[in-house]
Amino acid sequence: MPGAPPQTHEEAQREFAETLSGFTAGDNPEYADYSRCIHCGLCLNACPTYRLWHNEADSPRGRIRQMALIDQGRMELGEGFVTHIDRCMDCRACETACPSGVEYGKLVERARAQIEKNYKRPRASRAIRNFVYRRLLVAPKRIARMARIVRFYQRSGLETIARGSGLLRLMGLQQRAALLPRIDREFFYSRLGRTFPAQGERRARVAFFAGCVAQVTFTALNDATIRVLQANGCEVVVPAEQSCCGALAAHAGVRDVARGLARENMEIFLREPFDAIITNAAGCGSTLKEYTDLFADDAGAGGTQTVRERERSAGLAAEFVPKMKDVTEFLVELGLSAPLREMKLRVTYQDSCHLLHGQKIREAPRKLIRAVPGVEFAEMPLADQCCGSAGVYNVTETKTSMELLAEKMRHAASTKASVIVTANPGCILQLRAGAKLHATNQEVLHVVELLDRATVHNS
Amino acid sequence: MVFERLNYSSTNMDRHLLSELERFLGKDAVLSRPEDLLLYEYDGSVEIARPQCIVFPRAAGDVVRIVGLANRYKTPIVGRGAGTGLSGGALAREGGIIVSFARMNQILEIDAENQRAVVQPGVVNSDLNAAAASAGLHFAPDPSSQKACTIGGNVSENAGGPHTLAYGVTTNHILGLEMVMPTGELVRIGGKAVDAPGYDLCGLFVGSEGTLALVTEITVRLTRLPEAVKTLLAIYDRVDGATETVVEITGRGITPAACEMLDGWTLRAVEAWVHAGFPLDSAAVLLIEVDGLREAVEQHAKEISEVCKTHGAREVRVARDAAERDLLWKGRKNAFGAVGRLSPTYYVQDGVIPRTKLPQTLKEIDRIGKENGFEIGNIFHAGDGNLHPIILFDARDPKQFERAVSTADAIIRFCIEMGGAITGEHGVGMEKDRLMPLLFTEADLALMRRVRDAFNPAGLLNPGKIFPTGKGCGEVRIRPMPQRGEGNSAPATGRDFA
Ligand SMILES: Cc1cc2nc3c(=O)[nH]c(=O)nc-3n(C[C@H](O)[C@H](O)[C@H](O)COP(=O)(O)OP(=O)(O)OC[C@H]3O[C@@H](n4cnc5c(N)ncnc54)[C@H](O)[C@@H]3O)c2cc1C
Ligand code: SF4
Ligand code: SF4
Repeated sequence: MPGAPPQTHEEAQREFAETLSGFTAGDNPEYADYSRCIHCGLCLNACPTYRLWHNEADSPRGRIRQMALIDQGRMELGEGFVTHIDRCMDCRACETACPSGVEYGKLVERARAQIEKNYKRPRASRAIRNFVYRRLLVAPKRIARMARIVRFYQRSGLETIARGSGLLRLMGLQQRAALLPRIDREFFYSRLGRTFPAQGERRARVAFFAGCVAQVTFTALNDATIRVLQANGCEVVVPAEQSCCGALAAHAGVRDVARGLARENMEIFLREPFDAIITNAAGCGSTLKEYTDLFADDAGAGGTQTVRERERSAGLAAEFVPKMKDVTEFLVELGLSAPLREMKLRVTYQDSCHLLHGQKIREAPRKLIRAVPGVEFAEMPLADQCCGSAGVYNVTETKTSMELLAEKMRHAASTKASVIVTANPGCILQLRAGAKLHATNQEVLHVVELLDRATVHNS
Repeated sequence: MVFERLNYSSTNMDRHLLSELERFLGKDAVLSRPEDLLLYEYDGSVEIARPQCIVFPRAAGDVVRIVGLANRYKTPIVGRGAGTGLSGGALAREGGIIVSFARMNQILEIDAENQRAVVQPGVVNSDLNAAAASAGLHFAPDPSSQKACTIGGNVSENAGGPHTLAYGVTTNHILGLEMVMPTGELVRIGGKAVDAPGYDLCGLFVGSEGTLALVTEITVRLTRLPEAVKTLLAIYDRVDGATETVVEITGRGITPAACEMLDGWTLRAVEAWVHAGFPLDSAAVLLIEVDGLREAVEQHAKEISEVCKTHGAREVRVARDAAERDLLWKGRKNAFGAVGRLSPTYYVQDGVIPRTKLPQTLKEIDRIGKENGFEIGNIFHAGDGNLHPIILFDARDPKQFERAVSTADAIIRFCIEMGGAITGEHGVGMEKDRLMPLLFTEADLALMRRVRDAFNPAGLLNPGKIFPTGKGCGEVRIRPMPQRGEGNSAPATGRDFA
């Protein structure tokens, strides 16, 4: 044990003032936020990583405590901390479980920003992170080029060769390869800048947020979303020049890049008045709805932006955020007006973490599924637990991700549903891989894809 | 959080002991790096004590070997479930090994026909309930922490909950235990039958706060889910009306399944989070649940709402469906945490009084609070007289902070005067040991020590708990909390609430 702890408040205050926080100013986990945690432990069993390993260091309470310890100079920002924070899926199930209102998502993003600033990762990892977060995701052209290469690999027969030869297994890439999105024949880019008219009476005019990687892998989903919105009386504008939402960068702690993307998006989407801005990606949505936090008082102060810039952006964010809607949330608020045909299906729903825990939306997708006549809805056990996709988690922490996926598929199979519906492209990829790996023979769809199939389009 | 200098020196744990533990448990089942130890120095309480290592057994055999080694090296051992305890029970007050049961979390058997289950100690209370629900059964003890706390922890603390009123505390639902004694033997007590032959030892071990044995397997009684449930919310403009209602309901011989009271102040904190529709302008609400056979439930619900009205309830609402009911309960079960939203510096007391003394006690708590300049929120398991006054204070002011503790003590003393006790369900642990002499004579305590020494002769298992450690009664052991930076809007936390 170290020297005797201080006995009076003044003594403690003095000694504390002399210690150095392991965090640097700007984008740091703040006292006002982490001290909300009363270490009651009620979040433990909701946390997927705690449920796997049962180590306090990999629990929400333990992760918050580590932030507090570092801020108070009792622990160093070192490998141990980085490991436990890296392993966090940022699924935010702990936020839903927490009675004390701890905003864990905000804390962990800032912890990651601190790691970015103050911890030197191994060189290879740094190089990859730099490429992905600072170069690839910010530039649609690079994404498109990369996608064409992958598409060539997938369609030319090279993939079949790689699989058949056992090369992937040899390289330990077999499971990751199963997660690789199938690149679309036609990219979504051609829709940028277009306006899709409402069918029937116009009930709303909305902007569509198309996503970054989704534009080369989820063109069909994006098209389906636009169709469903049109059918329900929405005029859908797809503003050109829109950027990636910045979620992946923000989650990785690369907050300056996230801020840059946020600024671009806010300028573009606020250029015209829209009733709402719609996304079909829960992961993007939760970041888009939290743009305000990227420009909070302490964010990037003195570093990547001037005070004037920050204030201007904070103003834009205050205008932008209330308009941001997940497509399920928006459709439920608007009310479905397009007729639906009967579909004899048994359907289960997997909560997308960033819809449920990030945006606190639980009922909207379920209501939409139930709205389809003939559909038999079967709740799956632990639907609110992460499927293991978690942004890029399935790539960075593949083993953990696969363990969570295995459990998820067991629960999904137990519902005897033929379709698993979810609300986020990342979850769709992961669940499709799961259905294949575990041979559950279940189709995986986005809520709006199910609606699109059921909707009677009069075109 | 209590301040300490950055300390990366050795953990003082015997290297040989560590490597022996690692050898048979495997490296990933032993934690001993300083930064890991810092994460086991707390639990749900306000206390702090750092262990020297943490081990994760998978089976009873592992526990036997751990205890054997601890004896050989004369090192203290402390069991731990989820660490939600509110009295520091799971903390290594004198250092040593924490035995975390979190990975022993298998439900071994659910015997629906005979209404019992066999579980490992690390099974989470609500996981057991989810598994039993499909057979129409449940494990009745429902502490507010049930979504996280373990059955092992429930057994050790003899946990109760809102439904204790009708169903009893944990001890009423334990049929048998498999345990590793501090001396290393693996033993079984009780059995699968309700009344096992021989001494009834279960009652002795349940509630022993981890000081008599480490529990490695538990046979629990499962209770049939009631045919019908009705949850009522009675809203009052006067606190007295609510407390008088409680006295009268039980006086009439009706035993509701639960009867909880939240005062207006707490209610507003809770409503801000759950949006359960608690009226913000009321002085108190009673959350009353009746369950059982359909007809009896209807009858009791009617009678109860009449009693509520006679005592001035301005409105009695009945939850229409399971969703409304869950919402009301969600508000109640997360009340402490919700208070944490108002201020991270609050102190929850846990006292018991005979329920007939409820109106009087509430008035006294209010008086004590006013006298000391505190706002005190109240949450009660009103039906069985278990009170949880919550004292909000500003930890930046050291004077206030000390006064908060003495205020809490004054409340407890009043409970004892009323013929009550110093803890209803959170246990004594290392938080209330100093208060034990208020309730027990030296002879009473000596008898309890003899029981402990009979099973735990060397005092290796969970030392420094329950019994006063010789420090004067009423001494404040709590250390103040420092705060970084000026102009920080949040108050610094007082008793390790960071
Ligand atoms: C928000 C909140 C609300 C709460 N509400 C209630 C309530 O309504 N009613 C109530 O009774 N309690 C309540 N508690 C207190 C606490 O949750 C209970 O005491 C619970 O039973 C502790 O379980 P645990 O698994 O967290 O045990 P821990 O806190 O880990 O341990 C508690 C004690 O049990 C011992 N122990 C644990 N496992 C074993 C084992 N296998 N063998 C031997 N000893 C063991 C430990 O040594 C320790 O002494 C609440 C706590 C919180 C934070
Ligand atoms: S539930 Fe909230 S307050 Fe409790 S330990 Fe978890 S984060 Fe902290
Ligand atoms: S975000 Fe998810 S993985 Fe991370 S601590 Fe919270 S519950 Fe655990």
